[in-house]
Amino acid sequence: MENSGLFFNLVPLIVFLPVAGLLFNIIFGKRMNEKTVGTVASAASGLAFVVSLLLGYSLLVSGGEAHSIPFAEWIKIGSLDIPWTFRVDTLSVTMMLVVSGVGTLIHIYAIGYMHEDVRFKDDVKRYARFFVFMNLFIAMMMILVSGDSYLMLFVGWEGVGLCSFLLIGFWYDMDTLGRPSWANSNAAKKAFIANRVGDFGFLLAAFTMFWFFGSLQFGEVFLKAEEIAASQPGVIMAITLFMLIGVTGKSAQIPLYVWLPDAMAGPTPVSALIHAATMVTAGVYLITRSWALFSLVPDAQYIVALVGAITALFAATIAVGQYDIKKVLAYSTISQLGFMVAAVGMGAYVAGMFHLILHAFFKALLFLSAGSIILGMERGHHHLAHHAKSGDHHEEVFDPGDMRNMGGLRKQMPVTYWLYMIGSLALAGIFPFAGFWSKDEILLDAAKNHTVVYVLLTIAAFLTAFYMGRQIWMVFFGKSRHAAAEHAEESPKVITVPLMVLAAASVLGGALNLPFVHSLEKWLEHTIELVAEHGAEIHGYLSLSWGGLNPVVALVSTLLALLAIGLSWLLYGRNPLQVGQIDPLKKMLGPVYTAFENKYWVDEIYGAVILKPYEALARFLAVKVDWDFWHDWLHDSVIARFFRWFTNFLANPIDLGIIDAISNGLATLTKRSSTTLRQLQNGFVRSYALSVLLGVVLILGYLLFK
Amino acid sequence: MEGTIPLSYYITVSAILFTMGALGVLIRRNALIVFMSVELMLNAANLAFVAFSNSYGVLDGQIFVFFVMTVAAAEVAVGLALIVAIFRSKHSIDVDQMSSLKG
Repeated sequence: MENSGLFFNLVPLIVFLPVAGLLFNIIFGKRMNEKTVGTVASAASGLAFVVSLLLGYSLLVSGGEAHSIPFAEWIKIGSLDIPWTFRVDTLSVTMMLVVSGVGTLIHIYAIGYMHEDVRFKDDVKRYARFFVFMNLFIAMMMILVSGDSYLMLFVGWEGVGLCSFLLIGFWYDMDTLGRPSWANSNAAKKAFIANRVGDFGFLLAAFTMFWFFGSLQFGEVFLKAEEIAASQPGVIMAITLFMLIGVTGKSAQIPLYVWLPDAMAGPTPVSALIHAATMVTAGVYLITRSWALFSLVPDAQYIVALVGAITALFAATIAVGQYDIKKVLAYSTISQLGFMVAAVGMGAYVAGMFHLILHAFFKALLFLSAGSIILGMERGHHHLAHHAKSGDHHEEVFDPGDMRNMGGLRKQMPVTYWLYMIGSLALAGIFPFAGFWSKDEILLDAAKNHTVVYVLLTIAAFLTAFYMGRQIWMVFFGKSRHAAAEHAEESPKVITVPLMVLAAASVLGGALNLPFVHSLEKWLEHTIELVAEHGAEIHGYLSLSWGGLNPVVALVSTLLALLAIGLSWLLYGRNPLQVGQIDPLKKMLGPVYTAFENKYWVDEIYGAVILKPYEALARFLAVKVDWDFWHDWLHDSVIARFFRWFTNFLANPIDLGIIDAISNGLATLTKRSSTTLRQLQNGFVRSYALSVLLGVVLILGYLLFK
Repeated sequence: MEGTIPLSYYITVSAILFTMGALGVLIRRNALIVFMSVELMLNAANLAFVAFSNSYGVLDGQIFVFFVMTVAAAEVAVGLALIVAIFRSKHSIDVDQMSSLKG
């Protein structure tokens, strides 16, 4: 084979290494100590990363052409033949590298994080289970990104949904504060159900595709796409819009984003890996992967871009009004996913993927640092509880994730502070941190193509910088607002070292696709045919270009970000929040801020519009239809009564009256006749002899005189 | 053979013998007498067999008589054994005493 010497055939390992890791931990996890469990899981993920690197190297050497590596026969029914084939191209390898790279760092981080978490929550046994789920997630995500057909992609899509469910509900028997309740498992169910709605859209897209294309293989579908688009233009439109529903579920876009903030109930490494860096980007990947379809229907693209942009702004405003450190990041994630979806919707696939990669770095960094802060707060809190052992043994309910409890952590947790700063600057898009480059590419594309999208995204970017500034001032500056924050302690190396790697990536990540060089663009060009500037005529300042970077757009967004940070300093930095003080922004904005704070009451609206009627319908079906009609009336009254009557009929007239009468009559007859006949059997031989004689005489007489 | 005894005579004797036997069986209660009466009936039958055999000139009847005599001998052997057994338990050979097998 021409590929000898290259590593394409290793590709199944990216799935099976994590599977091996999870099998090891399922079988031996309970008997091993925590270090072994964590090391095996991290090594499984790390080796998958190494394999991904080898695949990337092979692609680089072989010129970047896509490779399909058949692995196993999967579904073969008649003419339907869906094998399990791995697709190695620049896009899938990029995703593999992000998933396994960031995943490995988070695995290592989790060794330290879960060690403490299982102790704070008093259940050491769950340690191994956590790593089993994490490895399963990596395996599923790899199936998702490496599949060569929409069906294989769907397997991974569902698999990561399952892992998400398992990990959100990891502390299933408590709420986020560790009190016994079903809050966390409810959050898990919410995520699963919201995703199910999206998956339904995905399935419809797949069915439509299969109906019209006769195949779910990427290659065959994309080959036929243009032909079908010419003959039946509505088909591609329907497929792409159904796909969009799937994307809104998995990538947390309006209207299905509501599960993601609740998903923060999972342990922090999960929030970082699944609900920020990798799984939620699956939707962006799906659109990028289906570029050949989306490019054919500009209307659908526009809808996708609008959904993304509106989500970006909408979620950014909510993030401004949150107090939970992870909730702010969650809404920020939704907002950033909105950026990516808007980008891929506009056909700026490279910008979208670029932002996806960089976002994975800095959002993972932020989440993990937030986890480090939460652990620090927990340590401070336990330190206090340990010292105040006398008197009330019962600990007060303490929320280690509430920013109103923090303040001044700069001094207690200096390493985390610096890491968090880097992550925040990257997210806010300050030059030269990673977010600047990718966000600018998206904004530039928006400015060229869709002014509405551009305006929405720019405001969202402004708010992004603002809420990150607010968070920094509230968490790290000012005075401690809770005794636990005063006694907070820095996290150990196993936690901070992976963060440093991510921080480095967040600083330098922009180098992946610098102006003039465009290495990521050239890399992805092998997979995605880039449509060159389909805005055609570009006037005025937009025509300025500095190696692909528009100085005006870049300047505007940077200035806005700096302005937002300055504004956040005015509100939160200059006069730090005091204990019990109302958020200064609330005083300024009043009811608008209350709307932010309450997430626009979307959960409540969904509750009233969807949940309530649904519950009413369910209750109606259960009580009226099932119980009253089906059970009470049909079963009890109609069927049971008829049956009772029928059995009664069979039992009394038929069985007793006829069947029994026959046998009883026979018995009576036999008894009567025997009573009569027994008189003859008197035991006197001579009377028998007389009978015989008489009988003989009678017979002879009959014979003689007949 | 003129002057020989006609068949009807034999038959009459046979009938008388059979009637006596039958009456003996029906009337007498002594088991031995009942047995003897049964023998009487068998021999009445034998007499009829032989008479008819001689009269019609065929040997079948005479052969049959041998069988009857054999059966009678066997019957007497079994019957006498039974009577002895009954006598041992009941100290009587009155057939009316042996009436416990009844309905």
